[in-house]
Amino acid sequence: MEGRLVLLGGGSSGVSTTESAVLSKVEVVSEACSYPAESELELGLGLSLGGGGGSTGNTKAANSSWGECGRILTAKDFPSVVSHRTNNGGSSSVAVSGTKRAAETESVSHDSGSPTGVSQVVGWPPIRAYRMNSLVNQAKAQRGDELESGIGEKDKPKDALKKKLDYNGKQTSSATVNEKAYLGFVKVNMDGIPIGRKVDLNAHSSYEGLAQALEDMFLRSANSAEKEPLTMASKLLDGSSEFVLTYEDKEGDWMLVGDVPWRMFVGSVRRLRIMRTSEANGLAPRFNESNDRQRSKPI
Amino acid sequence: MAFSLPDEVLEHVFSFIQSDKDRNAVSMVCKPWYEIERWCRRKIFIGNCYAVSPRIVIRRFPEVRSIELKGKPHFADFNLVPDGWGGYVLPWIAEMAGAYPWLEEIRLKRMVVTDECLELIAKSFKNFKVLVLFSCEGFSTDGLAAIAASCTNLRELDLRESDVDDLGGHWLSHFPETYTSLVSLNISCLGSDEVSLSALERLVGRCTNLRTLRLNRAVPLDKIANILGRAPQLVDFGTGTYGADLQLEVFSNLAGAFSSCKELRSLSGFWDVVPAYLPAIYPAFSRLTSLNLSYATIQSPDLIKLLRHCPSLQRLLVLDYIEDSGLEALASSCKDLEELRVFPSDPFGVEPNVSLTEQGLVSVCLACPKLQSVLYFCRRMSNMALVTIAQNRPNLTRFRLCIIEPRTADYLTLEPLDVGFGAIVEHCKDLRRLSLSGLLTDRVFEYIGRYAKKLEMLSVAFAGESDLGLHHVLSGCESLRKLEIRDCPFGDKALLANAAKLETMRSLWMSSCSVSFGACKLLGQKMPRLNVEVIDESGPPDSRPDSCPVDKLYIYRSVAGPRFDMPPFVCTMDEDSALPVS
Repeated sequence: MEGRLVLLGGGSSGVSTTESAVLSKVEVVSEACSYPAESELELGLGLSLGGGGGSTGNTKAANSSWGECGRILTAKDFPSVVSHRTNNGGSSSVAVSGTKRAAETESVSHDSGSPTGVSQVVGWPPIRAYRMNSLVNQAKAQRGDELESGIGEKDKPKDALKKKLDYNGKQTSSATVNEKAYLGFVKVNMDGIPIGRKVDLNAHSSYEGLAQALEDMFLRSANSAEKEPLTMASKLLDGSSEFVLTYEDKEGDWMLVGDVPWRMFVGSVRRLRIMRTSEANGLAPRFNESNDRQRSKPI
Repeated sequence: MAFSLPDEVLEHVFSFIQSDKDRNAVSMVCKPWYEIERWCRRKIFIGNCYAVSPRIVIRRFPEVRSIELKGKPHFADFNLVPDGWGGYVLPWIAEMAGAYPWLEEIRLKRMVVTDECLELIAKSFKNFKVLVLFSCEGFSTDGLAAIAASCTNLRELDLRESDVDDLGGHWLSHFPETYTSLVSLNISCLGSDEVSLSALERLVGRCTNLRTLRLNRAVPLDKIANILGRAPQLVDFGTGTYGADLQLEVFSNLAGAFSSCKELRSLSGFWDVVPAYLPAIYPAFSRLTSLNLSYATIQSPDLIKLLRHCPSLQRLLVLDYIEDSGLEALASSCKDLEELRVFPSDPFGVEPNVSLTEQGLVSVCLACPKLQSVLYFCRRMSNMALVTIAQNRPNLTRFRLCIIEPRTADYLTLEPLDVGFGAIVEHCKDLRRLSLSGLLTDRVFEYIGRYAKKLEMLSVAFAGESDLGLHHVLSGCESLRKLEIRDCPFGDKALLANAAKLETMRSLWMSSCSVSFGACKLLGQKMPRLNVEVIDESGPPDSRPDSCPVDKLYIYRSVAGPRFDMPPFVCTMDEDSALPVS
C-alpha cells in the first residue's frame, strides 16, 4: 500500500483535451456519480529504484549516483498531467514548488532543443518570496472583476495575465479587499508531522500540480521523521493509508480541496492541511460517500 | 618600564573606534588593551548566529548596548532552505535578558522571532530603542503590541520584508498616548487589510521627531495627505496603495501635502499605482535621492516623464516596465545615480513581455559615472555588453546579473559569457559582490580566481563544468567570505583540497551539486572548527552510501560547536564518529 493524496472533485479544471487523454495512463478512478463534472484523481507515490532519466551535465552525474538511493516520480514522469505554461508541446516545464532536483526537468528541456522558456525550478529566478507575492497580489487585485464573473472558466494562458499587468494604468483600483489579503505562499501542515511547510500556490495552475508538489514535500518528509529508509515508506502510512487535502478559506471554514474551480480556490484559500481520512469525517456530506467508494476499491 | 596611559584615557580613545575590524585589531595589541576594549565594546555584529554562542559573547563583552544577528543562509530568500531549518533568536534574547539589562538595539536578519521573544524584549530591556526585523518570520502583531505598550523609549521599529501574522491594526493603539519618541516606523510588510488609521494618525501627529514612515498596502491613497500633513518633517516615506478613482480634491490635497514635505528624500511603496496620481509628487521628486518603484506597475512612458523630475536621484529600484527606452532616459537625467535595481515583472513568462535588454544596462553604465551597485534581471546578454560595462564602470562594487533562463549563451555569438564576466572582475578592482548567470564554463572561475581579489560574496547558479571551477574560486579569491552555489557540477575534490580556506570564510552553501556524503563526513571529521551541515529532506544520511550526493550542504565556521536545534532533516557531520550528529 502506498501513501496517497486524494483530491475530490474539480480535478478536471484546467486540463486540456490532449492532457486528459494522457491522464488515462495515470491511475484515475472516475465513477458515475450525481455530480456531473467530477472525477476522482489519485496520484500515487511511486518509488522507482535504479537511477534517473536521461539528462546531461551535472544532473546526470547526480542522477546516476542516486541510483542506489531511490527516486521519487515527479509529475515530469507523467507528461502533460500538469498544465504547463509553455506554448509548444516539447518536454514540459513543470510547475513545482518545493520539489528537489527540479533542475533535471530544466536540463531535459534544453537537450530536446525546444525552447521551453523558464522552467519552474525552485528558487529561480532568484526573487524574494516577499516580492513575488506582492506582484502576484497586484495582478490578482486587477483581475478581481474577472474572478467574480469567471466562475468555472478554465485557466487562462499566461498572456492574459501579462496583459492585465501591462495595462494596469487603465484599471482603477476597484480591487476587492479579499484579493489583497491573499499571499502566494500558504502554510501547509500534515497530520503527524510537527514541522509545517509553505507552498507557492502561484507556481501551480491546477490541483494536480499542487497535489504532486505536496506529495513530494510531505510523503518524503514523513519517512525521514520516522527515520526509516525510503523503501519502507508504504508501511509507515499503512494504518491510515489515505490522507485528504483540506483548506481553510477566508471565512475560517475548513473545506475539501478540489470542490471549486482552481482560480476560486486560489483566491480564497488561507492555509492547507493534509488531514487523516479518519479525522475528515463530517467535513462535507459528499465526503462520506467518497470514502466508501475508496474503501471498496482494490488497491 | 612601559609607559602606559590610564584605562579611562584608553577607553576614551577607543570610543572613537567604531568599526568591528578596528576594534578587533585593538583588542589584539596586548592583554590590557584586550581587557579595556572588551569592557567598552558597545556594538556587536554576528554575521552567523551559529558561529558563536550567546554565552561566549556575553562572557567576553559584558556591556553591550547593540547587537546585530543574522540567521538563515541567503538562499533562504528563494525558498531553498526548508522551514524549520533554524535561526531561532529566542536563546539569544533569553540570555541577554539577564546579561544586558541596558540593551538598546536589536537588529535581526533572516531569523525566526516569536511573540514570546518580542514579549521578552518588551519586559527585559528598560531602555530599548531600536528593533529591526529584516526578513524575519514567526511573530504576529500581538508581539508588536507588547513592544508598543512597554518600550517607552522606542525610536525605531522596522519590520522590512518580514513575514508577520497580521491580526489587524489594533496593535498600533498600544503605543500610549504619552509616547512621542518614534523616529522610524516601517510596517510596509503587514498584509492585513485592517489598519487602525486613527491610531496611526494620532501616533504620527504626536511623534514630532518622526523621520521615516513606511506604510503598508492597507493604507488608502486618500489618507496619505492627512498623514503627511501631520509629519511634514519626514525624510523617508513609503506610501500604501497609490491608486484610486481619480478625484480632483484627493489629487490637490496630495500635491499640497507632498510639496510641504521639504525634507523628503526617499520614496517607496506605490502599490496599485494609478499613474494619473503621480504628478502630485512631482514637486517633491526634484529633491529625491532614493526611489523605490519596484512594486509599481508603471509603464515606460510614465516612468520617463517621472524620471525627468528627479535629477538628484542616487538610488532607483524599478520593474522592467522601464524598458531600454526608460533606462536611456534615466541615463540622461540622473547623473548622480549610484545604485540601480531592475526587477522582472513577469519572471516565469516564456516570451519577454517588455522591451528590456542588455542595452538598457549598458546605456546607464556608460552615462552614470557614479554607478557602483547593479542588480539587473534580463533575458539576454552578450560578452560585448559586459566588456563595455566593465571598461566604462571600473568603480562597480556590486554587480548582480540574472539572465532569467539558466545557461543562456551570448545571444550574438552563442558563446559562453566567460569573457564578459572575466572583464568585469578584471576591470572592477573593488568588486565586493558578484552574482553570475548565463552559460558559463570553468573559464569564468579561472578569471574570478585570478582577478577578483576584493570579492567578498559570490553567487553561482547553473554554471561551470568541473571541480576545477570551484577550485579556482576557493584558491584564488583572497577576500571571499560568502560563497553560495546551486546546480553546478562541483564535487568532492575541490572542496576537500581547499578545506582550510573554509575556515577563513563565514559560510559556504552548495545545493544540487555533486558533493558526496563521504566527503562531507571527511570534512566534518578533519575540520573541528567547521560545522558541516547536510540538509536532506528524503531521509537521514547515515542510511546512505558514502558515494551518494548530498542534496544541500551548508558549511560555516564556528567556535560554538555543532548546534542542537536542528530539525530531523539537518545533520552535522561530526568528528566524533562515523555517524553524524543530528
